[in-house]
Amino acid sequence: MACFLAPVAEAIVVSVIKKNVQNKELAALTADAAESVVAEESSSIPTSRKLGWLSKMLWGGSFLLAIEHIWHGEVIPWPPFLTAMYNAADVQPMLMEIITVGGAMMAVITAAWLLMVAAANHIEKRAARLASEQEG
Amino acid sequence: MCLIITAFAAVITTLIWYLTAAAKDLNLGWLALMFWGASLMWTVDGFFCVAAGEPFLDLSANDALLGMVIVLCGLAAWVISLLLRDPRHRLSSLIKRA
Repeated sequence: MACFLAPVAEAIVVSVIKKNVQNKELAALTADAAESVVAEESSSIPTSRKLGWLSKMLWGGSFLLAIEHIWHGEVIPWPPFLTAMYNAADVQPMLMEIITVGGAMMAVITAAWLLMVAAANHIEKRAARLASEQEG
Repeated sequence: MCLIITAFAAVITTLIWYLTAAAKDLNLGWLALMFWGASLMWTVDGFFCVAAGEPFLDLSANDALLGMVIVLCGLAAWVISLLLRDPRHRLSSLIKRA
C-alpha cells in the first residue's frame, strides 16, 4: 500500500546526516590542508561518500517502488495521495504494512550497505598493505 | 517479473560501471545503486507475499510490462541527472554558442 514511505523516511535522515558529515569534512580539509594527517585521510573513501551509497539506494529504490504503487493505483498525485486513506478501515493495515514491510526493507538495505562499507574498508586496507610492501 | 527485470538491470548496470572507464563521469554508480535498492526492496516484499500465502514472483505479462516501465523510469531519471550535471560540458557549450 505504501511500504516505500519507511525507506523514504530513512533516506531523509541519511541525507541530512550526510550533508552534516560532508560539511565537517570540507571544514577539516580547508582548516588543516597542509597537515599530513589530512593527506592520509583523503586517500581513503570519505564517510560522506559511503553515506551517499546508502542514500542513493534508499532514494532510488523508493522512487522505483513509488512508480509501482502509482501503476497499481495505490498512490495518486492529489490529496490524500494514498488511496488507502479514503477508507478508514484501510488506514490501520496500511500503517502496519509501512511498519512491517517498510521496516524490513530499511533493515535489508542498511545491512547491504554495511556489507558494502565492510568490503570497501577491506579493499582499502589491502591496497595500503600492498603499497607498504612495495615501498619496503 | 518486475523483480527479475529490475535485478537484471542492476547486474548489467553494475557490469558496465565496473568495465567502463567513463563510469564516474556518467554517474553509472548512481543508476546501479538505484536498481539494487529497488531489487532488494522487492525481494523483501516477495518474502512477505510468501508469508501471506501468495507466490514470491508475479510472472504475469502485466508485471513484466511494469518491470520494463520501471527500468525506463530509472533510465529517464539517470539521463535527466546526467544532463543537469553535464559532466562533459556539452549543454553548457551549446548554451554559450547560442
